[in-house]
Amino acid sequence: MAACDSKKFDRRFVLQAAGLGSVLAAASFAYPIRASANTDAAYPADAFKQKGEAEAVKKLFGQAAVASDKVKLDAPEIAENGAVVPISVSTDLPDVTSIAILVAENPSALAALYKFAPGTPPSVASRLKMAKTTPVIAVVEAGGKLYSATKEVKVTVGGCGG
Amino acid sequence: MPSTIRVRASAGAEQTDVQSLIQHPMDSGYVKDAKGELIPAHYIETVTFEHGGKVVFTAFWGPAVSKDPYLKFKFSGGKKGDDLKVTWTDNLGKTDSSVSKLG
Amino acid sequence: MKALLAPAAGLALALSIAIPGIADAWAAEMVDPKADLKTFQAYFYEKFPNVKHEDFVNGPYSMDEGMRKQWEEKEEFPPYDFAIEKGKELFETPFKNGKTFADCFENGGIGVRQNFPRFDLKLGEVVTLEYAVNRCLTENGETPYSYVKDEMAAVTAYMASTSRGKPFAIDVPNDPRALAAYEAGKQYFYTRRGQLNFSCASCHVQNPGNRIRAEVLAPALGITAALPIYRSEWGGMGTATRRYMSCNSQVRGTPLAPDDELYRDVDYFLSFMSNGLPISGPGARP
Repeated sequence: MAACDSKKFDRRFVLQAAGLGSVLAAASFAYPIRASANTDAAYPADAFKQKGEAEAVKKLFGQAAVASDKVKLDAPEIAENGAVVPISVSTDLPDVTSIAILVAENPSALAALYKFAPGTPPSVASRLKMAKTTPVIAVVEAGGKLYSATKEVKVTVGGCGG
Repeated sequence: MPSTIRVRASAGAEQTDVQSLIQHPMDSGYVKDAKGELIPAHYIETVTFEHGGKVVFTAFWGPAVSKDPYLKFKFSGGKKGDDLKVTWTDNLGKTDSSVSKLG
Repeated sequence: MKALLAPAAGLALALSIAIPGIADAWAAEMVDPKADLKTFQAYFYEKFPNVKHEDFVNGPYSMDEGMRKQWEEKEEFPPYDFAIEKGKELFETPFKNGKTFADCFENGGIGVRQNFPRFDLKLGEVVTLEYAVNRCLTENGETPYSYVKDEMAAVTAYMASTSRGKPFAIDVPNDPRALAAYEAGKQYFYTRRGQLNFSCASCHVQNPGNRIRAEVLAPALGITAALPIYRSEWGGMGTATRRYMSCNSQVRGTPLAPDDELYRDVDYFLSFMSNGLPISGPGARP
């Protein structure tokens, strides 16, 4: 489990100092905007390798997300076990192409990226591993823009391994 | 070999509810075995769901998705008796797929 | 010795420890499982007036709303589904001699889990479901399963799934050997052990619903109804035996051998205490 817990302190510091929203906002550097996401896209290996959530979002979408109450993120306050944490995301936003779920304190933040074909309702539930207490961030790509919601999940029995 | 994929899908008036459970270790690469050696990363990277010849939903996963991963989503259209094809591929190149009927 | 909470059990234990030389003789005379059962269930029903009786079989999820929500989500497509499927396959696959598990059980093994453990008067010992499965295998010339997980968990998961909702119907016949086995299980349950010096009862009678580190402790009442279980902590299925072994480890004690008779006895005691409560296994637990 040691490998799981060894997390770079600098990123945590930035997170705490700046707040999550602004970190995501700060990630909005000029980056080639990808063609509208589609369900045949290739596996985004690079994004899954990024340590931090801001870097992963930047790799995936080339822009930043703004916090939005239209993104509904359902996560337990206290995870019964970090190995299996139910997370569901849905939204009323129109034209949703992707939903990304990031676990900030995991060794690599990006946990899952879901792609929705036109007409597929933007709603997904899955179960994730969390190494320790962490913010969980849902990023919704809708109409080419990014919207996010964040929730803290308390993890007392770490489950980054499974 | 029994399938690694279990699917429950029911077609409603407007949309089809899908739940799936896939048997897979989803080893993160951070966990040690009883001998203290790291278990190499082994996880599903991509799961696709096809209905009527088109992909309606794709999941891209990293090693942080739980063992025996579960998914729940919806798609539009779909009638009782239609085929739903599920295919997964993992980071070691293994793959499995199954076709089930919408209930 | 600190007073144990179930009064009848505490008294019996104190006495049998106080007079070790003739403990067996005394125990057999004093053992009154029916009175124990009444006291035991009344204790839980009084301590948790808001928990529906049949909900005790859902362990920690009967006592914590946040956890219950996560459990309900898991139950939508439970992680033990693969074990039930594998268990059914093993259950129905003929042995080399052409027989199957169905030949070893009443009603072909379907819907009978609530009758285990039972005391076998011919064998003179407690037969748990796991013990019955392995006896069936050896009697038919097959290699017995590990008592801890894998095939054993799968077969018992399948058998439990055919008994869901059926109330535990455990009998302690008026036979000195049965009463002694019951008493041995009870004593094992109430005896402190391990570096933490906890008994099974310290957690599961005195503190159900409370957290030890992150875990919400399950009530002893109904605990065996959910077995076998898929435990997230294990990342897989485990049998009743595995559950008892992990209980021993968690108090930093040394578990018994998986086939130790005492685990059968404690399963007997606990299941008898849960008489009338519905089978909920296989279960999913943190």
